[in-house]
Amino acid sequence: MNEVRVAIEREADIVLARQAGRQLAAELGFSTTDQTLIATAISEVARNIVVYATKGEIVLSRLEEGERAGIVVVAIDRGPGIDNKELALRDGYSTKNSLGLGLPGARRLMDDFVLDSEVGRGTTITMRKWRR
Amino acid sequence: MPVPILKQGDTLIASVVSALTDDDLVQLRDDLAQRIGTVRAKSVVIDVTALDVLDSFATRTLRGIAYTARLRGAETCVVGIQPEVAFAMVQLGLTMEGVSTALDLEAGLALLATKHREKK
Repeated sequence: MNEVRVAIEREADIVLARQAGRQLAAELGFSTTDQTLIATAISEVARNIVVYATKGEIVLSRLEEGERAGIVVVAIDRGPGIDNKELALRDGYSTKNSLGLGLPGARRLMDDFVLDSEVGRGTTITMRKWRR
Repeated sequence: MPVPILKQGDTLIASVVSALTDDDLVQLRDDLAQRIGTVRAKSVVIDVTALDVLDSFATRTLRGIAYTARLRGAETCVVGIQPEVAFAMVQLGLTMEGVSTALDLEAGLALLATKHREKK
């Protein structure tokens, strides 16, 4: 099993993405608590795709580095892109009147978090979590 | 899939199912706002035991449901947040400020009964 791709085109896909994430995390041996953290982080970034970019995809894959194993979650869209990345990663900042906790929150839930975005081109968020 | 809402005296009890979509939550908000009026409910319990994820949207909507209910004269209590879900919410920075929470249905009903007694 190399990777699982979940197309995000409507809000119902958010649930599919996080269920797929939880399932892969379970297969990889993550604790139920970590499975929930991963599923929640996926929910946040998948929702951002729906709200800001209308469509995109979530790609889930296994991570292996010597003895260590983990999960990689990549959220990709060709949406409007993020103008000010620093602001976007700040708690409480929202351009759509929401809580503004999605991106900084997802970052707190995962071990690694890379935000790659360009206005007019889209956004790619790469998150990793290691199995303890 | 709509969330079933049961009536017990002047309390409405909604038990959400695990694969809850955003639309289901919004539908629940609208249904509860209506039902509070038709049955003159004083209390609302939302049981989220089956929810394996409570993200920022769900939290925001639950809070919205509670505030809406309060405007219509009913107190809300969210019950059944699972340990891992609670932990994820704390990590995410989510609070249920302004919304009562309790361990389970029994505790929630007891809490709401106390609140109503204090009001009198």
